[in-house]
Amino acid sequence: MPHPLFTAEHEMLRRSIRSFVEKEITPHVAAWEDEGRIPLEVWRRLGELGFLGLEFPTEYGGGGADFLASVVLGEEMARCRSGGVAFSVLVHTDMSSPWLTRFGTDAQKAKYLPGIIRGETVCALGITEPGTGSDMAALATRAVRDGHVYRITGGKIFITNGVYGDLYFVAARTGAGTATRRHDGISMFLVERGLPGFTVSRKLDKMGMRASDTAELAFEDCPVPAENLLGVEGRGFQQLAAGLQRERLMAAVLALSGAQQAVDDTVSYLHQRTAFGEPLAARQVLRHRVADMATELEAARQLVYRAASLYAAAEECVTEVSMAKLFATEAANRVAYQAVQLHGGYGYMREFPVEGFFRDVRLWTIASGTSEVMREIIAKRLLT
Amino acid sequence: MKILVAIKQVPDTATQVKIAGDGRSIETAGITWIVSPYDEFAVEEALRIKEKRGQGEVVAVTLGPERAKEALRSCLAMGADRAIHVNDPAFNDADTLTTARALAAVVKQEQPGLVLVGRQAIDDDMGAVGGQLAEVLGWPCAYWIMEETIDADGQTVKAARQVEGGLEVFDVPLPAVLAAQKGLNEPRYPTLKGIMGAKKKEIKDVKAGDLGLGADAPQLSITKLEALPPRPPGRIIDGDIATAVKELVRSLREDAKAI
Ligand SMILES: Cc1cc2nc3c(=O)[nH]c(=O)nc-3n(C[C@H](O)[C@H](O)[C@H](O)COP(=O)(O)OP(=O)(O)OC[C@H]3O[C@@H](n4cnc5c(N)ncnc54)[C@H](O)[C@@H]3O)c2cc1C
Repeated sequence: MPHPLFTAEHEMLRRSIRSFVEKEITPHVAAWEDEGRIPLEVWRRLGELGFLGLEFPTEYGGGGADFLASVVLGEEMARCRSGGVAFSVLVHTDMSSPWLTRFGTDAQKAKYLPGIIRGETVCALGITEPGTGSDMAALATRAVRDGHVYRITGGKIFITNGVYGDLYFVAARTGAGTATRRHDGISMFLVERGLPGFTVSRKLDKMGMRASDTAELAFEDCPVPAENLLGVEGRGFQQLAAGLQRERLMAAVLALSGAQQAVDDTVSYLHQRTAFGEPLAARQVLRHRVADMATELEAARQLVYRAASLYAAAEECVTEVSMAKLFATEAANRVAYQAVQLHGGYGYMREFPVEGFFRDVRLWTIASGTSEVMREIIAKRLLT
Repeated sequence: MKILVAIKQVPDTATQVKIAGDGRSIETAGITWIVSPYDEFAVEEALRIKEKRGQGEVVAVTLGPERAKEALRSCLAMGADRAIHVNDPAFNDADTLTTARALAAVVKQEQPGLVLVGRQAIDDDMGAVGGQLAEVLGWPCAYWIMEETIDADGQTVKAARQVEGGLEVFDVPLPAVLAAQKGLNEPRYPTLKGIMGAKKKEIKDVKAGDLGLGADAPQLSITKLEALPPRPPGRIIDGDIATAVKELVRSLREDAKAI
């Protein structure tokens, strides 16, 4: 039964994305996990089908749909059996490019959005630095105005789509913060790949999310045209904060949808596998564990859908989104642990999808704001 | 050219079918409904013919309960121009011939140059409606179609059917009924634009009376559904090779009656 949050059109979009994923993504994810990247043609194909521009304005080739259409995209991409593929795609659609529609000038949108929507311009978000992650105000990359350009110097790390990306949304300091307003003085820039002084210094090797490429980036006096300043100089943090709710909701959506699949996998495995003369599904202790897994996910889903509906209605939702991200990603990790456990030795083997999910989902209590940071945000709103 | 595509809404291929309490229908609660995959090939082919000819109209039609509208909506989202829903409780127990007669009545009203159907619906696998429809209309019909080309003036269609080891090619005068086989094409995914556009397209409800049909008693009705017996567990024959082989042969002959 579809959740009442979604309309008949959302459900039709879901079927469309699901059958695309089943036919054109899932059969290839093992190869892409090995290669550590998604082929360019897949980006083009996603673009051709309109899945990369669901919410973007129609005048640039987007679909003009609502936020819940993106939730559907996240849920269905997450079922492709590679967390990394879903992550890469959602970094492009929901964790970077929306800043362009929100804060970009008409000229910037006209220049970049059509390519983003067609899958020709793959986007990345560059905030985290070797020296700082959670504490965004401490970022040390600098951008200095020099005539018609800003010269950017510094380093970024853990940048998804960073190795093969085309357009980077980079946060850099254009001025100092003050003791009371540490976050002031940060600006955002649209940085094209191939600019002089901009290099991918390393392709990073990681535990999971292996089909998404992750880079360390170096900027040395990299001249970014002044017209590529995104939004208002010095207001980068405030701009980023506005978009982080979307990113965090998507993190929760991806973790949750994958966890639901892990529960489904576990249920069918318990039916197939026999031990001591009966299917594992007959063992009360295991049945109860599955009941707990499903119950936890249902609770998480209600938090996520509630936060998503507030976000879709443009309501204040920082507390709800933080709670949803915190609870859903932690619950998904508990579910992943139990899913592997209930598969026994097979759960530890590469050929069983719960193994990959276990590694992939580990990211979600860390990226897009750690669980500790989520608790800080919630606590700050409760205790001051 | 106007093309009519007859489609059926069926349970998703992944559905674990359960027999309902009445013993002669299936439990429908919790089922995800889809357009029968062979019918999707038919819709896709109709859209391609229209695109290739640069003009025409694709009309999707189904006979089914209210929920079948969703299947028509999917065809509209793929690109069909409008849809007709034969939606009347009088057809609740329709067999293939009743269905074919109802569709034939729609065809007579619409007068398309071509009717496309799937080679069978994947729920009851009857594979009869297309042929019966052609018979009722007095039209030619070709099944299991893997390729088709319509001549420029829309008078005949060259249709190729899969046979053992090759293709059998027919020249069929139009109007005709063609039944699509897997391999005819790769159906498109409805895009967001298509889905949003489908909301605005027409789905016309028609009743038996609108088609000049009464409620004939079906000639075929389901009296009972039975689940397949569960597969018996495998058996490992122990012992030295010579004895084991003897036992295997005996068991294949006497227990399994396989040789
Ligand atoms: C695979 C992957 C992909 C990523 N993709 C991107 C990307 O595309 N773009 C991007 O900009 N970043 C990306 N990141 C970075 C990610 O967002 C950061 O790793 C995350 O924000 C945490 O920052 P950090 O790693 O510097 O950890 P730190 O901030 O150093 O935190 C270390 C530990 O200390 C805890 N901690 C920190 N501050 C507090 C506090 N105030 N109170 C209590 N505990 C605290 C943290 O919760 C954590 O447990 C990615 C990371 C990974 C692993």
